[in-house]
Order: sequence, then C-alpha cells, then structure tokens
Amino acid sequence: MKKLRLLSLAVAMMLSVCMLAGCSNSAQTSEAFKLGGIGPLTGDAAIYGNAAMNGAQIAVDEINAKGGIQFEFNPQDDVNVAETAVNAYNSLKDWGMQILVGTVTTTPCISVSAEAYADRIFALTPSASSSDVTAGKDNMFQMCFTDPNQGLSSADYMAENLAGKTVAIIYRNDDAYSQGIRDAFAAEAEVKGIEIVYEGTFTADTQTDFSVQVAAAQNAGAEIVYLPIYYTPASVILTQANAINYKPIFFGVDGMDGILTAEGFDASLAEDVMLLTPFSATLEDETNQNFVAEYQKRHNEVPNQFAADGYDCIYAIYNALTAAECTPDMSAEEICDKLIATFTSSDFSFTGLTGNDMTWSADGSIAKAPMAFIIKDGQYVLP
Amino acid sequence: MTFFLSCLISGISLGSVYAIIALGYTMVYGIAKMLNFAHGDVIMVGGYVCYCALNYLGLPSLVSVLLAMAACTALGILIEGLAYKPLRQAGSLAVLITAIGVSYFLQNAAQLIWGATPKTFTSVVHIELPQTLTNVGVSSEALVTVLVCVVIMVGLTLFINKSKLGKAMRACSEDKGAAQLMGINVNRTISVTFAIGSALAAVAGVLLCSSFPILQPTTGSMPGIKAFTAAVFGGIGSIPGAFLGGILLGIIESLAKGYISTDLANAIVFAVLIVVLLVRPAGLLGKYVPEKV
Repeated sequence: MKKLRLLSLAVAMMLSVCMLAGCSNSAQTSEAFKLGGIGPLTGDAAIYGNAAMNGAQIAVDEINAKGGIQFEFNPQDDVNVAETAVNAYNSLKDWGMQILVGTVTTTPCISVSAEAYADRIFALTPSASSSDVTAGKDNMFQMCFTDPNQGLSSADYMAENLAGKTVAIIYRNDDAYSQGIRDAFAAEAEVKGIEIVYEGTFTADTQTDFSVQVAAAQNAGAEIVYLPIYYTPASVILTQANAINYKPIFFGVDGMDGILTAEGFDASLAEDVMLLTPFSATLEDETNQNFVAEYQKRHNEVPNQFAADGYDCIYAIYNALTAAECTPDMSAEEICDKLIATFTSSDFSFTGLTGNDMTWSADGSIAKAPMAFIIKDGQYVLP
Repeated sequence: MTFFLSCLISGISLGSVYAIIALGYTMVYGIAKMLNFAHGDVIMVGGYVCYCALNYLGLPSLVSVLLAMAACTALGILIEGLAYKPLRQAGSLAVLITAIGVSYFLQNAAQLIWGATPKTFTSVVHIELPQTLTNVGVSSEALVTVLVCVVIMVGLTLFINKSKLGKAMRACSEDKGAAQLMGINVNRTISVTFAIGSALAAVAGVLLCSSFPILQPTTGSMPGIKAFTAAVFGGIGSIPGAFLGGILLGIIESLAKGYISTDLANAIVFAVLIVVLLVRPAGLLGKYVPEKV
C-alpha cells in the first residue's frame, strides 16, 4: 500500500514537472524568435565555427538589449562532419528552431541545407561558400562570397594588378571549398590569359608536408602561388617555402584569414601575403571598431572574417524580420516564406561589417564587392 | 636534376619520420604480439607535452624532450596496465579493438585539454646548415631525425639481442607460456616493452612536429597508419625492417608526388605495398614462419 502511494506521488510530481516545462516553453516561443546555429565548435575547423557563433552571439545580445524583437540563440557543434551536422539540425528542430544560422563550413552545409529545404526552415549561412549549398534550394542564403565568385575575383585581380606573372596553384582536392575556388579560378585564368605553370593537390591526410609541391612550384618558375585553402596548411606552405628560400607572391582567399593569429606561427613569414577578404579588423569604421572591441573584450582575441559574417547574419535576419513584420508566434514555414520574399525583393539591401549595400539574388548568393588586402607588419592593409 | 634531388631529400626526411614511428610499432608487435593502434596518439601526446614545456614553461629543448619522454613512458605504462593487461588471456581481436578505443580516448582527451585549434610547433632542433644544403631542401630536422633513427635502431637491436631483459623479451615473443615456466615475469616484461615503446613515441612525436610543425589532436593518426604500413612493408617485428620500410615508403611517396601526380601518391604507395607483400608475404626483411597445422 505504502509503495503504491509513493508511486502515485512520483507520477503526480513528474506530471506537474512536465506541465511546468511545457508552460515555460510556450511562454518563450511567443516572445522570442528561436534561432538555431550550427558550426564546428571543436575539431580542426573549430576556429571558424567558434568565430561565427561568437560573432552571432554578440549581435543577438545587442538586439535583445534594444528591446523590440527578441532572439533566443542556440549554437550547436557539428565538428565539420556532415552526419553530426544533420544530428545537430534535428535536435535544434526538436528544440523548436524557427530560423537557422548555419552551417559554417561547406561540406556539412550541403547536407543540412537539403534537410532545411525539405522542412521549410529559412537558413542563412555565414560562410559556407560553395554554390552547391544553395543550388536548387530557395530558402538557403549566403552571407559570404560563393566559391566561384572568389576564384573569379582572384583571377580578375591578378590579371589587372599582377599582369604577366606565372601562377602555381596548391589546393586541397578532397574539399568542396578549395576545389570550387580552384575550378572557377582556372576557368577565368584561361579567359584572362593568366599562365598556370603548376598545380599541386593535397588531401586532409597529407596537409602537413608540402615540400614536394613547393619545390615543384619553384621548379616551374611560378611568380605567384595561389592558395585557395585554409590558413593551417597555408602556414606550413609558407614555412617550407621559406626554408628553401623561395619567395613568390602568395595569394590567398578568405580561408587565409586567421593566419596572423595562429598559435605558435611565426607571423613574419606571412609578411606580404595577399588575400581577398571582405572584412578587416583594422578598418577605421565605427561599427567595425565597436564590434572588434566587444569581441576582444569577450574572447580576448581579434575577430576574423567569420566572426563578422556571423554578426552580419543576425542583423540581416533582424532587418528582414522587421521589414516582413514577422512575429515569434508564426510557424517556421510562414517565417520562411516571408523571409524569402524579403531577401530577394529588389528594395532590400543590407549594410554590415562585411560589405555595403549587399543584396541577394533568388539563387541565394550575395552580391558585394571583394577587397584585396596585403599583410604588412602583421596588419591587413589595402595595397 | 635539382628537382629530383629535392624530391629525394624530402622523401628521406618524410621517410625518417615514418621510420622512427615504425620502430615503436614494430617493437611492441614483435614482443607483445599486438598491434598498438594507440601508438600514433601517444606520439601526439608527446608532441603536446614538449610543446607545453617549451612554450608555457620556457624549458630548454633537451629538457622538454626528456620531459615528454618521461610523460609518455608513464602514459604507456598506465595504458598497458589499465587497458591491455586485463585482456592478456583474451583473443587478439579484443585487444585490437581496445587499442582503437584507447586511440580515440587519447585524441578526445587531448582535444579537451589543449583544444582543437592547431598549434604551430617550434622546432627543437637549432642547427644552422650551410646555404647550399638548405637550397635543395635539406633541413636540420631531417638530418637529426635520420641520425636519431639510426641510433635508436642500433640501440634497440643491441638491447634485444645482448641484454638480459632483451633475452626475456625474445622469450616472451616466442612462447609466453614456456617463458613463464622458465621463471620469466611475462607481465613485467611486456610492461617494460610498452614503456620503451612509449618513450620512443615521445621522441618520434617531437621530431615529427619539428619537421611538420602542425600540432593538433589528430596529428598522430595518419603518420601512425603510414608508419604501420612502413612496418609491414619492412617486415613487422623486424627492427631494421621498420627503418628500411619507413625510408622507402617516404621516398616512393615523394617521387610519386613530384613526378606522377599529387593525387595518386598515396594510391601508388599502397600499390607498391601490395606488390611487395605478394612477392614477399612477410615484408622485405621479415621472417616467413609457416603456420603448423
């Protein structure tokens, strides 16, 4: 008898806890938009995921402090693995996500964007730059350049400013990001008459030793070495080229961003490296400097381009939600339709840290002007 | 010609790193008859310990290397005692799976402690080479690695063939049961084997990171697999075989990268391995022991 009473008491307690939980949940959804975030917070691409999510968090806190539209932001880790990213997406869906900020890196984003398309959840990625991310999905938008766009801009820049120089490319051919930029670059180089004298590849498993590729580029007499890769392998290439006294112009894209803050890397080796990136922490613009100061205060490091992309994502969504007059009690699908209409409408443009008057086309890609920087005395400066 | 030379030199420096890792693999396999897949990750831990000693404690290079060796020896004994010793009587497959488990455990523990962001390792080798050598790609790290490799190889061979403990190791390798009956403490002998193997792993880790300066929790895994291949190539269990296998693997890989294709380099390495194993099933220097039925 006593047992039975205990049991019923336990059941009653569980029920009331459930009800309480239910109550608080529904109360929150009616006040704040539920933003999910996915990116690599651990693993070898963690620097990008953490930067993007930290940047986004700063924007969320600023907006929430203003009053008006409120956000609840829930960043999840995908370790830069597609399967983990889909799992993270599913748990965010269970949590009640209405809008997705992510994913940060390309390969997981291709998988997650297909899920988000099927579920009609609006998604804006800070930095997954492949055109495969957005292809055929009307609700998937990008804050960064597309890979083809980066490759194209690099070739155009070289044709204009470094005319007549021979080029070697070292890229990672098991990575959609690197391969995508290389393909667009090679196509545009042919059009512009840029001579490519050597192409070397590597994979995730061989990104610690480039001595052969660097020697081959030197042997082929390349005056520019184009590196459409992330900064970790790039730092090895710079070190090994320096070891054999090979000093071409190194030209990187947005993945090169972060090289100056790589722990233990001799930043003087990155002197005179050129890169295309939409954001520089050294630009003297008020919004820019406020963001940099806040980021440094919170995380004790200089924000990179990914942090700025994450920050911009939140503000772009905020502006679009305001313009479309969305409310937090709408379903994800309703919000999705309204945001698509707003993002693609001709009178919606967004000015943020990573560009002025940015607009989106119906295929989800962004239009903004790339900027080329050169590294001098450990700072990005305009050449 | 210079290009061939620089390919050959980078092949030897890559191969010497494979060789030094393969020595640890092959010694543990030769004596304990188990594939210690966590070896690559002990290497990574060695790298991190040395990195911390150099950068955070500001210790001199040699002291840092010794500290890394001490830490890895302790870690090796700990792993052996906790994970492998209880499975001494179990089948070899169970031990293999445990080793893979230990490998993942070490990788994730390292990620928790040191974070996922790659660290750039400062080389522990401070020798200035003449310009003529560096221009063709000879680095002081590679020279030191080859040298250390040869010293370890000779040292290990002497130790196993001449010392009393080495004799006990050979006895355990041939027949654990009989060795025990002869009064050899099999458990202690195997523990010592692991301790030596782990100390070698620390040296390998420091030299690996000095040559290829990216240090992250997965640093040891790919070189570990390549070194295992090198050990099989040279004949697993054979100490000179590990050295030869490592150097050859490195040279084949570099020449394939330089002259055939950077895409196909790994495929070519493994194709050569298959051909060698077809012709000599026990590897280049391995002893072929037919199974008695």
